[in-house]
Amino acid sequence: MSFNLLVGVCLAYVAALFLVAFFAERRAQAGKIGWLRSPIVYTLSLSIYCTAWTFYGAVGYAARSGLEFLVIYLGPTLVMVGWWWIVRKLVRIGKTQRITSIADLISSRYGKSNLLGVIVTVLAVVGTTPYIALQLQSVTLSFAVFAGDWRASGRQASAWQPVDLNATALWIAAGLALFTVLFGTRNLDANERHHGVVSAIAVEAVVKLVALVGLGVFVVWGVASGPADILARIDASPIADWQPDASRWVSLTFLSAVAFLCLPRMFQVMVVENADERHVATASWAFPLYLFLMSLFVVPIAVVGLGMMPAGANPDLFVLTIPLATDQDGLAMLSFLGGFSSATSMVIVAAIALSTMVSNHIVMPLWLSFATKGATVSGDVRQVVLIARRCSIAAVLLLGYAYYRISGGGTALAAIGLISFAGVAQVLPAMIGGIFWRGATRIGAAAGLLTGFAVWGYTLFLPSFGGSFLLTEAVLEHGLFGIGWLRPQALFGIEGMDPVVHAVMWSMVLNTLAFCLGSLFSFPGPLERLQGAQFVNVYEFGASARGWRGGMAEAEDLLVMAQRILGADQAQALFQRAATGQGKSGYLPDPSPDFLEMLERELSGSVGAATAHAMIAQIVGGASVSVEDLMAVADEAAQIMEYSSRLEAQSAELGRTARQLQEANEKLTELSIQKDAFLSQISHELRTPMTSIRAFSEILRDGGPVPEEDVEKFAGIIHDEAVRLTRLLDDLLDLSVLENGQVILNEQAGNLNELLDHALAATHAARQERPMRIIRDEHAEDLLIYTDTDRLSQVFINLISNAQKYCDAEDPELRIQVRQRGPRVDIVFADNGSGIPEKSQTLIFEKFSRLSDQAAAGGAGLGLAICREIMANLGGEIIYLPGQGGAAFRVTLPLARPKAAAAQ
Amino acid sequence: MKEPQKSVFVARETYRQRRTMDAARLLPLFGILALLLPLFWSETVTAERGTSRGIVYLFSVWIVLILCAAYLSRRLRSVLRKDESDGDAGGGG
Repeated sequence: MSFNLLVGVCLAYVAALFLVAFFAERRAQAGKIGWLRSPIVYTLSLSIYCTAWTFYGAVGYAARSGLEFLVIYLGPTLVMVGWWWIVRKLVRIGKTQRITSIADLISSRYGKSNLLGVIVTVLAVVGTTPYIALQLQSVTLSFAVFAGDWRASGRQASAWQPVDLNATALWIAAGLALFTVLFGTRNLDANERHHGVVSAIAVEAVVKLVALVGLGVFVVWGVASGPADILARIDASPIADWQPDASRWVSLTFLSAVAFLCLPRMFQVMVVENADERHVATASWAFPLYLFLMSLFVVPIAVVGLGMMPAGANPDLFVLTIPLATDQDGLAMLSFLGGFSSATSMVIVAAIALSTMVSNHIVMPLWLSFATKGATVSGDVRQVVLIARRCSIAAVLLLGYAYYRISGGGTALAAIGLISFAGVAQVLPAMIGGIFWRGATRIGAAAGLLTGFAVWGYTLFLPSFGGSFLLTEAVLEHGLFGIGWLRPQALFGIEGMDPVVHAVMWSMVLNTLAFCLGSLFSFPGPLERLQGAQFVNVYEFGASARGWRGGMAEAEDLLVMAQRILGADQAQALFQRAATGQGKSGYLPDPSPDFLEMLERELSGSVGAATAHAMIAQIVGGASVSVEDLMAVADEAAQIMEYSSRLEAQSAELGRTARQLQEANEKLTELSIQKDAFLSQISHELRTPMTSIRAFSEILRDGGPVPEEDVEKFAGIIHDEAVRLTRLLDDLLDLSVLENGQVILNEQAGNLNELLDHALAATHAARQERPMRIIRDEHAEDLLIYTDTDRLSQVFINLISNAQKYCDAEDPELRIQVRQRGPRVDIVFADNGSGIPEKSQTLIFEKFSRLSDQAAAGGAGLGLAICREIMANLGGEIIYLPGQGGAAFRVTLPLARPKAAAAQ
Repeated sequence: MKEPQKSVFVARETYRQRRTMDAARLLPLFGILALLLPLFWSETVTAERGTSRGIVYLFSVWIVLILCAAYLSRRLRSVLRKDESDGDAGGGG
């Protein structure tokens, strides 16, 4: 196969990618998002985790150390399978806070601190540059394989001069820069997705999967004769024995998991480019499946390669050399494109992510501070940002190229990859602490990041140059200043550890320690605390709490600034929407805190949280949020809660009132029934004497022969009946007088004992018929009271005769207890009958109420009602006392009637 | 002042959803344990043909994890859809 054909196919492939990206952008612009944003595309875009390092390097890794290469895939698998813990939260935060990059996440979480943004950006650039160099190296190496006549010499790349390699790398870097600038900086808002780029890398993901699986199938069923044969070959190969090194196994799995979360390019596709949270759910199994397929054939390819290739062959290139050696040119081409795809997609996304970070956290703050006139002056900020991004992309790729030239491209691929992973992993404590721990502060995050960065640089990154860069060989051998404990690869005297494990352990431990201590011993500012609460409790806060005080900014200034960042149309539409929301017309809404918050969030999607915050702060002037504001927000929440609890109390009150009303209604209904019954009875009672009076008076009127004694008897009956009628009417009249308070009280001093004696004497006659034992305490009764003694006697007589009438015990007795309570006296009349049923207890004091007809002769149901009215007039009360073993009434009255009551 | 109350007992469907979330949280822990297991294999097992045994074991664990995650993500999609409107239904209970 000719080298020119390869270059031709390669260029055609790149052109196809351009077309894919171009059409995806066109579709997106036409509003036809559709499959551009499906969970499958999201999952495939995550596959930029599998770079050329994994495409070529995994096979080499497997050929060198067997199954250990799997850790690079197992870490991300665990992260995605455990998406409910971290990835879901990151995606949610990214959406609500409009996060543009991992540096933005950290900066935004810790009070929109630009310092942290800069630290993370620098860390990311330093950590990613070697990785980009690695991609360039792998692509140039694969070109070299095709260019060199390796079959003749047995060693690849011999026919190519280093100059050619370097030129190839430069051309590739330039091509990638062009693609990235074209499709990665189309729109400023990093939150507006790069449809073209994502579609292109989705296509590339498919290509590299097909390439690797295709080669695997060829190796298993083409070269070997099926899975059984492959297993047999594995057992016979140099990597048949597998003794997992526990420390490497654990720490590398951890490292790959962490890198999956912290790598700027992974954050870009996983969080920033995510269109829908539900896509994460799909990716939680689909991405592990992708990794599974990518690594399924790695060991077979490595084993077959080891068996087929000469001893000196580079195992990193087995993916290419096996199909070439077996004259499978098509397959070789596919493998080449797979590796090429892996490299390019990684570089493109990494460059976009880094350029966003560099422009938002380094260039924009610098520009803001140099443009002394502030953000309100006319002049297009958009252009500045875009140019900054484009330059950053070019600079990042140039850096990668420079690193490639300096390092000479000699190291095994996997080593650089791990170094890079360990570098970006330093963001982990600040990130995880930031989203799960409200106590994490800016000082802590900065301390952790700087410590981790320094330890990583000292123990892993600089030693990787082998003593040729900054750290000399002497330092590597004997430690800094000759102190043995500071030897970069044996810190604190811990020797014999794998360098990567050593560096990961120390950097993560010291990083976390510094982060925790810094957080514990510092105090966060108001904005930091606000942001911390919003990040940690992202599921509870639908909208954000306030970060601005309103009223100090001119809406017009804000509009001018927003136009320069968002573009005139978009900014005007935004302002108009806000104004409409506030019920105003035109383009200028009130600069309320809510509006400022919304505007800042909108801007931060374009220039990052810290810059957006700084720009608004320039116009609004001064600090955005104070502790008082925070307290006010908390107060508001408290007020709302208090209000709701007041509502609750009110509704409980209403419930109580309703119950009372219901009770009253029941009472009224019962009373009405009683009244009806009474009316029929009283008519009957009035009618009976009337009838006899009429009958006897008719006899007397008609004359005739009536014996003398009969006349006398008849007249006596008529008189008796008339008296009964009169008594009934008297009672009614008495009650009516008492009720209207028209009664004239004849107050005088009296002894309670005498009053009771009198009452008992008055009811003596009835006791002759039905004897009743009276139990009294004469001593306690000896009390002088000042009241209307006649009326009081009336009450006593009524109560005693009631007991006489209604006590149904076989051996009836009445207990009269007198007790003085301060200025009042209680007199209890309790009999030993069956008492009054509970449902009637509320009724007995009502007019016309009678519990039964038995032994009711003479009573019209007015006695207790009269008693109650008398007691009310005397300034006391009478109540039914339940639970005394029979009917019991308590009469309470003042020893001396107060004047106020007397005036009634 | 009263805290806004979270109900202590929930309907059967909600209860199932929350247990599914718990399962989703537990799955990676199970995965970690399963992937650490080869470290404890005795040398007599690994020394001879360790790689092929390892391949079979690790890829089996892997596929089990993928299947479990697929099942859970199907169950949890409905929760995510609901989440758009209200807060996190999680937090156990």
